[in-house]
Amino acid sequence: MPRREDLKSILILGSGPIVIGQACEFDYSGVQACRSLRSDGYRIILVNSNPATIMTDPETADRTYIEPINAETVTKIIEQERPDAILPTLGGQTALNCAMQLHDLGVLQKYGVEMIGAKPAAISKAEGRQEFRAAMEKIGLTCARSRLAYNMPEARKALDEIGLPCVIRPGFTMGGSGGGIAYNLPEFEEIAARGIELSLNSEILVEESIAGWKEFELELMRDKNDNVVIICSIENFDPMGVHTGDSITVAPAQTLTDREYQLMRNASIACIREIGVDTGGSNVQFAIHPNDGRMVIIEMNPRVSRSSALASKATGFPIAKIAAKLAVGYTLDELQNDITKVTPACFEPTIDYCVVKFPRWAFEKFPTANSVLTTQMKSVGEVMAIGRTFKESMQKALRGLETGRHGFGNVPGKAHCKPEELNAESIRPHLATPRADRIDWIRAGFLARMTIEEIHDYSKIDPWFLRQLATLTNHENRLVELGAKGLASFTRADMLDAKKLGFSDRQIAAACPKSITEWDVRDHRKKLGVIPTYKRVDTCAAEFTSFTPYLYSTYDGSEDETVLDAKKQRVMVLGGGPNRIGQGIEFDYCCVHAAMALRPLGYETVMVNSNPETVSTDFDTSDILFFEPLTHEDVMNIVDRINPHGVIVQFGGQTPLNLARGLKDHGAPLIGTSVESIEAAEDRELFSKVVDRLGIDQPPNGMASNAGQAMAVAERIGYPVLVRPSFVLGGRAMEVVYDRQGLESYMERHRSFSEERPLLVDKFLDNAIEVDVDAIGDGKTVLIGGIMEHIEEAGIHSGDSSCSLPPYTLSEGLIEEIATKTRMLATELKVIGLMNVQWAVRGPKLYILEANPRASRTIPYVSKAIGQPLAKMAARIMLGESIEQVGTYENLSPPYFSVKAPVFPFNKFHGVDTLLGPEMKSTGEVMGIDANFGAAFAKAMIGAGNVLPTSGKVFVSVRDEDKRVVLPLINRLHALGFEILATSGTARALTNSGVPVQRVLKIHEGRPHVLDLLLNGEVRLIINTPSGRRERSDDRLIRSSAVAHRIPCITTLAATAATIQGLEWLLKKPLAVRPLQEYHSQIVER
Amino acid sequence: MTKTSREARLALEDGTVLSGRGFGADTESLGELVFNTSMTGYQEILTDPSYRGQTVLLTQPHIGNYGVNSDDEESTKLWLSGLVVREACDQASNFRSGTELTEYLAQHGVPGIDGIDTRMLVRKVRDHGELRILITSDTKASNEELVARVRKAPRVADVDHVLAVTTDQRFEWQRGYDSPFSPPAQMLQGKLPTDARKPRLRVVAYDFGAKRNILRSLVASGLNVTVVPANTPAAAVLEMKPDGVFLSNGPGDPAICRYAIESTSELVKKVPVFGICLGHQILGHVFGGKTYKMKFGHHGGNQPVMDLQTGKVEITSQNHSYAVDPRSLPDAVEVTHQNLNDKTVEGMRHKELPVFSVQYHPEAAPGPHDSLYLFGRFLDLLRDNR
Repeated sequence: MPRREDLKSILILGSGPIVIGQACEFDYSGVQACRSLRSDGYRIILVNSNPATIMTDPETADRTYIEPINAETVTKIIEQERPDAILPTLGGQTALNCAMQLHDLGVLQKYGVEMIGAKPAAISKAEGRQEFRAAMEKIGLTCARSRLAYNMPEARKALDEIGLPCVIRPGFTMGGSGGGIAYNLPEFEEIAARGIELSLNSEILVEESIAGWKEFELELMRDKNDNVVIICSIENFDPMGVHTGDSITVAPAQTLTDREYQLMRNASIACIREIGVDTGGSNVQFAIHPNDGRMVIIEMNPRVSRSSALASKATGFPIAKIAAKLAVGYTLDELQNDITKVTPACFEPTIDYCVVKFPRWAFEKFPTANSVLTTQMKSVGEVMAIGRTFKESMQKALRGLETGRHGFGNVPGKAHCKPEELNAESIRPHLATPRADRIDWIRAGFLARMTIEEIHDYSKIDPWFLRQLATLTNHENRLVELGAKGLASFTRADMLDAKKLGFSDRQIAAACPKSITEWDVRDHRKKLGVIPTYKRVDTCAAEFTSFTPYLYSTYDGSEDETVLDAKKQRVMVLGGGPNRIGQGIEFDYCCVHAAMALRPLGYETVMVNSNPETVSTDFDTSDILFFEPLTHEDVMNIVDRINPHGVIVQFGGQTPLNLARGLKDHGAPLIGTSVESIEAAEDRELFSKVVDRLGIDQPPNGMASNAGQAMAVAERIGYPVLVRPSFVLGGRAMEVVYDRQGLESYMERHRSFSEERPLLVDKFLDNAIEVDVDAIGDGKTVLIGGIMEHIEEAGIHSGDSSCSLPPYTLSEGLIEEIATKTRMLATELKVIGLMNVQWAVRGPKLYILEANPRASRTIPYVSKAIGQPLAKMAARIMLGESIEQVGTYENLSPPYFSVKAPVFPFNKFHGVDTLLGPEMKSTGEVMGIDANFGAAFAKAMIGAGNVLPTSGKVFVSVRDEDKRVVLPLINRLHALGFEILATSGTARALTNSGVPVQRVLKIHEGRPHVLDLLLNGEVRLIINTPSGRRERSDDRLIRSSAVAHRIPCITTLAATAATIQGLEWLLKKPLAVRPLQEYHSQIVER
Repeated sequence: MTKTSREARLALEDGTVLSGRGFGADTESLGELVFNTSMTGYQEILTDPSYRGQTVLLTQPHIGNYGVNSDDEESTKLWLSGLVVREACDQASNFRSGTELTEYLAQHGVPGIDGIDTRMLVRKVRDHGELRILITSDTKASNEELVARVRKAPRVADVDHVLAVTTDQRFEWQRGYDSPFSPPAQMLQGKLPTDARKPRLRVVAYDFGAKRNILRSLVASGLNVTVVPANTPAAAVLEMKPDGVFLSNGPGDPAICRYAIESTSELVKKVPVFGICLGHQILGHVFGGKTYKMKFGHHGGNQPVMDLQTGKVEITSQNHSYAVDPRSLPDAVEVTHQNLNDKTVEGMRHKELPVFSVQYHPEAAPGPHDSLYLFGRFLDLLRDNR
């Protein structure tokens, strides 16, 4: 049966910005879907507001709309494009929800658009809690006991029946937003109210707690002939109670007998049939009672999910690609298994290794957030590791996580905690309450001689997993014993034993005398002939010959399966590892582009990465994929094995850059800007010398290795100052302090600076405009890719600022000066490849803030704004081509505005202040494009999830120094028909200047006060600029309530002005939609 | 702790010798190396009589995780020669577990070896076919001596393993799906429900090395089952006036089992017959076809099989090293099922006689339950021919 001929064009919805619970995995799935359907001759129309994706590259689809993913916008696109079908199952919950809204509004019916993959009835059956339960009972499956509620009285009634502890699950949300486990009444009230608020249909499920049960997940595929296959089974290390996105997970399932597994398999197949997902992928989650095997079905996702991405990478089976093909009528037996090329896709992969996924959290960014792991996902990224055994994989995952761990424990025999905490009494609470560091406490438990049984009792983690880990800790004794005698005492057998258990060179070094480094261990190890072999991920446990070089390392093996093309030179691209705040999809985009650019030039491209969510770890992105941690040891092992012509470190973000020096010193042939130049840009003193030489101004600054020095520097350059530790990413621990007291408080909180890692103190440029520049150099010529004007003032991390390309207020002269000075700097630093420079404009003066000779977070956005693939060009230049040869030209002002806006995870961290500062907090970004700046800004705001009101009440509260500037802005709002509310101070200022205003009470002034108004839903927009010096407690409450109630809250004057421009446009005429390809053709025409 | 640190080696006839850790019985064993790619179900594999003469390599690296329990045995003992794994688990974690894997092997006199690069061995078998293998904890013999020893070992095809594994007397099998972890009985259903109101039909099941779950499935389908030894003559079976005959799975080369081919040739003319695995191959011979030895066979739980009549695919459990050559079959025999990976024959039926068979294991154990419906189909056939 061939594909459907009645369909010509298909609309694919992406998942929008990266948020907690929805990350690059949907770029991966979307790209696979677009490519596979396009190769079948379908016309693909794509909607995704996220510019950092490969899927929004203009080549991926026929028509690419970088527009907000909501019913209103997509309706316009449907009107314009008239697709035959919409495929909603590959863009996460965002796409699914949007498609369902379009269905409910009758839009799909009106325009004759067929929903393919999953039908609306199936989606609502899977997503609606009550419908799902009824469906499962019908087929004889058990769910946990539960009751639905749509308001608080109903919720309380449900609680009476279910009892505490209970789980609260809001309907139609993603990543378990707003859900949680309640152990007491106040917790119940809080979580239930939040859940009702966040649910799209104000629905929560109050459910019996099955916390502590074993948790499993199966990934399935079904075709239109009702053939169903299981792609992967996943067992959670963390039992029920922790969201699966926050759980350490293991594939395949390890502790089920065949009988138990097959019953689960039957149940999952019965589930997909009953729900009625016609074609494509789904995942089904189960809980198993550890003592009697009772099985409960938790939920089913009628779409490709984060787990599907993991299952794809864990098995080599391209779930999204196959799901797309099935949606247009192919059957599983007609499709080929891409890995073996000789067998069909209709089979169940079997794996002969063990996969561990470990989540990565960002609690350090949100110190006041509750860091306990619950049923609401909080992690921002994940690492996956492949090894032959669980032990090997777990150690690889831990060192790939880049959280300062070198495996399971850093120093053999020594706990991570203080000696006085190394006792069962101190350890137990850490085992019982899951947090990001529970894994370290398990090891502490072993070191404190707690039994497996006791650790299991408190953590409920299956004893099988615990015993595996205990083996590792036991082996540490051997390492300590050998290490005490020096590195030379390790024989080949000793070394092999340690490596087979997954111990890293660094862990072994830590067992040896202090002078021994990981490099010494590496040398000794190689001398002993202990090197890893690389084995293939091939879907079939080697039953068939595989053609796809998707490899992982193991010390288990005696046979290496790497196959190199002797006729080609190899270029290695180092990826960015797990997503985190400050380093995510943007860098993966750059790595993918490097591979895409170099493959056609005849290089054998080699990708190294450990993040399963990404396009870079798709086995056909590069010629060879090494799924490995990004550490010196793991990367150098690959270098040894494949002998590359060049290694690219400047595309994967800070991760590979941090490895650059070590790799170079040990003989890896890095290409592009030299390590020396990278260091000159990162090192404060060296950099100051460079800019002085060029006559570029820098804000006055200094370095301090102790508190006294810091004070002295601050006094010399004058407050306010910007302070931060050196060598950090995403503005970690960066703060603006306004006086001596503030600086003291900062140093109290951040003590870890020293001679080697000094504190950097810069003059803070108040009220300056920040400008980002991305440029490419080839060693001779420098080309400016894009100049972006930040909307928020300098002082807010560039990743958290909105910005516009081209600049919307800067003068021509200033733009020219920025371009000229950027060129001077790139030439001086001998940049070969990409460089990002941040400038600040204060009055007529231009200051340099920093320069990074590497790919920046803005490269994909700029590339889309200017219609030039900067990362691809840079990759070619790094391999010796000139700017002239890669054929690019400068275009600093495209005839339209592209506005980038950040997206924040505050809704996942209840009560955390949303105030922006020098430390980056956003997880993702969106882009709005329009000929008009206001319209582009409005699109970006809407794309970022803000509900921009066109009428109603606006609450204004600004600091004194802003009052004069804000008046004309508020006047404009008033003129647009908004009602203005303000507290006393601001109200007085507004009244005096003739703006009608309604005064509201501050929180301490009596009731009803401002919060009451917010909670009652009376306020549609908040303008709240914080006082720089001292936090006002009202402000903090206002901002966090705004998040909880989804009221847009603007915290800077510049953003206020831009928003008003946007509102003015919105009220004038509706936003128009236009594909990227049309915008780009405008540039070419000029 | 049962942990041992006994050194062991394995030697292949191609000269490969690998060292690892011995577990299970401390004996030396010779066999033919096959690999099984199932990720679960090692206990069912260990107790499957079809593995007699073979040493099994399991590709799932962690084996023994959930221990061993009395429910999941497919026969009364372990039949394979030896077990090769990457990592054997010393202490199981599963509420059903009664014994540790290593003790279980020791009790049944089967040696195991772990710490082996199993993937390398799989690639070897894949490329060179099934190789004779020796597992030993003999620390004195040189590698060369071990290889010489393995080269002297008999091949699976040289021995009639069926007569070694079959029951020595007739017996009634009565247990159906009586465990809470049995498959749901409705999955066995044919055209009519398998209810007990109708008189229960009787089948005689030839035990060529039958797995218990076949017998359980027959009973759960609503049949009375009498199990008879492999060499029972047709006349003795017909005397029992069965409604049908079932031919079980079993070890080794079907061509050796002349007695089975002869008696089945009689039976197919008289009663409906259903064959599984070796039973299917014997029917191939009965109808004048040929069987051949495959390079490395099918041993695993993920083999896709298409029902050529419906076009539907079932994921099947398989364990066979021989296959029926479709070109050798007469026109009266129709191939009904085909393997999607290599297009080998997976099922056939006689166009005139009420006889059908499958190469794979609808009873699963271990493996997917997709094909349990075949037992219902057998029941339908018996009803239609009554």
